[in-house]
Amino acid sequence: MRLALRPYLLIVPALLLTCGILYPFGLGLYYTLFDFSASKPQPDMVRFENYETVFTQEAFWNSAWVTVLYAVGAAAVETVLGVAVALLLHRSSLVGRVLEKILILPLMIAPVIAAIIWKLMLQPSVGVVNYLLRPFGLGDVQWTDTPTGALLSSIAVDVWVYTPFVAILALAGLRSLPTSPFEAAAVDGAGWWYTFRRLTLPMLWPYVLVAVIFRFMDSLKVFDIIYALTEGGPGDSTVVLQIRAYLEAIRFQRYSFGISYTIVLWAVVYLAAMVLVRHLGRIQRKAAEVR
Amino acid sequence: MDTHAHDRRRFLAIGAALAATPLLSACGAGFGGDDDKGDGSAADDITGSFDWKREQGTTVKALLNKHPYTDALIADLKSFTEQTGIKVEYDVFPEDNYFDKLTVDLSSGRASYDVFMLGAYMVWQYGPPGWLEDLGPWMANSSATGDDWDQADFFPNLLQADQWSLEAGAPLGQGGQYALPWGWETNVVAYNTDVFGRLGLKPAETFDELQELAEAIKRKAPGAGFDGMYGIAVRGSRSWATIHPGFMTMYARNGLKDFTVDGEKLTPAMNTPEAVAFTEDWAGMVKRGGPPSWTSYTWYQCSSDLGAKKAGMLFDADTAAYFQAVEGASPASGKIAFHPGPKGPDGSLATNMWIWSLGMNAKSKRKSASWLFLQWATGKEHLRKGAITHNHIDPVRKSVSQDPAYKDKMKNLPGFIETFETVVDQTKIQFTPQAQFFDATTSWASALQEIYGGAGAKSVLDGLAGDLADKVG
Repeated sequence: MRLALRPYLLIVPALLLTCGILYPFGLGLYYTLFDFSASKPQPDMVRFENYETVFTQEAFWNSAWVTVLYAVGAAAVETVLGVAVALLLHRSSLVGRVLEKILILPLMIAPVIAAIIWKLMLQPSVGVVNYLLRPFGLGDVQWTDTPTGALLSSIAVDVWVYTPFVAILALAGLRSLPTSPFEAAAVDGAGWWYTFRRLTLPMLWPYVLVAVIFRFMDSLKVFDIIYALTEGGPGDSTVVLQIRAYLEAIRFQRYSFGISYTIVLWAVVYLAAMVLVRHLGRIQRKAAEVR
Repeated sequence: MDTHAHDRRRFLAIGAALAATPLLSACGAGFGGDDDKGDGSAADDITGSFDWKREQGTTVKALLNKHPYTDALIADLKSFTEQTGIKVEYDVFPEDNYFDKLTVDLSSGRASYDVFMLGAYMVWQYGPPGWLEDLGPWMANSSATGDDWDQADFFPNLLQADQWSLEAGAPLGQGGQYALPWGWETNVVAYNTDVFGRLGLKPAETFDELQELAEAIKRKAPGAGFDGMYGIAVRGSRSWATIHPGFMTMYARNGLKDFTVDGEKLTPAMNTPEAVAFTEDWAGMVKRGGPPSWTSYTWYQCSSDLGAKKAGMLFDADTAAYFQAVEGASPASGKIAFHPGPKGPDGSLATNMWIWSLGMNAKSKRKSASWLFLQWATGKEHLRKGAITHNHIDPVRKSVSQDPAYKDKMKNLPGFIETFETVVDQTKIQFTPQAQFFDATTSWASALQEIYGGAGAKSVLDGLAGDLADKVG
């Protein structure tokens, strides 16, 4: 009897966790079928009207576009920089080990704090960035005053915070690669670029792709960095989907409508993650063949 | 037959059903709102003679915003506890998070806080769902309210600002009293007397003059020894708070409206030709004479720039300048003067106000004690003490504003008392009361940023009006 019960008892924590996730999710999904807001606490069922309104709003498509630009931009730059930094640090030296410790510092700062620090540093008249650029005749840059500037500045802060994350993953990957293929390539007289393209990168891809998946999904859900840096402005230029959902649900108290935004965002993130994880499987198989 | 597998499947099915039960019951239970409002007020339960000690031993929980007015209140809380035997526990949040915290707390339907700070605009959002206690019956009940509270002593426009019928477009001053005025701010121009003296400038009497002044200061001040100084500090962040101080004041002085009201129908009026021209001028003034990185400017930046001698003028709350002007507060202290600001074309000094009010949670279980707290906090004694010994300036009570000790304290700030007395009767809420206020003003701020960035004012404001017509109309 005790043996028969054990498997069921073992799944209880997982079951509770699943319920803890599914309950608010299901409730949120259910609420999107109503026109629930502060001014209508006893709402009517409107079925899929909230989703129809979301998809027919110009504001949604603007937010969706900004979100994609941000996520692709941030993930791409972080990947390239992260891998580059990892390659530089891979050659073990005292400088490399010191740099490794410094590199991890941005990850220890809450992103919202990082954004506030950068907001002060990017301040045109008293910020340190323009101060440093002044000798080069570039001291009057209005970093977050234009739509493009605000988006690029937000991506730059994201890159500053999260590149170390990609670098650490890539570095871990580099250190776990087998040495024999590289020794064989060296004996054959292969150059650095050839070795990197044909050996390092294919074997490193699974690690890089894991970092890309994390960073891309996180960037799709970004809120803190952009909100602290630009509040979504100027105009609507940096209002990503999370900020739109927050404004609708919390600031303007249109709860159902706000949740509809988050459900749409969840679907986008879920689909993106599914595609990337499938791709990861294929990449892992290819990497194994190279090894 | 694999009974083991069958059992597992059945177990999982039962588990899933159990997991779904609360979900379904929650669905069936409906939403956050409830119908326990009832018709009567808890104030009606208070009978007999008025007694400050009536709720002795009770604890009231307050949610407060970090503000010098709050500091004055906290410094004097001991007096309240001594007078009533009521203890006050409080949480203080910075303004960036304060209203989100309050909104979430009230919308949850819990009574975590009995009393809280709020602005009159919040009454338009929190009033319709029934989150705010109507304080009218408490004020009217002589068993609940002491004679010395003296309702007639409040500036009438301030008391009316927190009174509303909960109907979109209906004027303030009718219906329930959903909060009490406690501290307020009028929007005027404060300026650096040093730069004005050195450049031979006078405060602007018209909006055209203000635009010229702002531009002139930005152009000439750095050469006159004020390194990096620009003309005028006004808010610019993508927030409702950008619209309500200087912008709305000047907008109203130009005779412009946010909405026109026809019965129950509200029509956005931010895109009339006059409003478009004004908005274009305002954005132009900021571009030519305003701060760099204006789109991130909140009152903190505006205020500190005036104090740091970075801004020649500030068109914002008088308190934002006051806190920089007092002795030792900033490099510019002692060099800041106050002026009512430019008049409208017809000489109007219509001014928009921000009013820090105190409200009571409709779900509070300690309403009687909470009312005693509100009565004390908005009473003559505490407010007089706050104004004279602390920085609770801009009195909501006439008696405090006329108090010789208060006048004596403020006389060192050039033009403060004169400005206050000039605009006090013309200061009121210039917005049309409606529940979508925060959406409308946040979108308005966003539109202002776009125009500042070079977009055509007419097309941007037409877009804004079209969008708001669906939401508000």
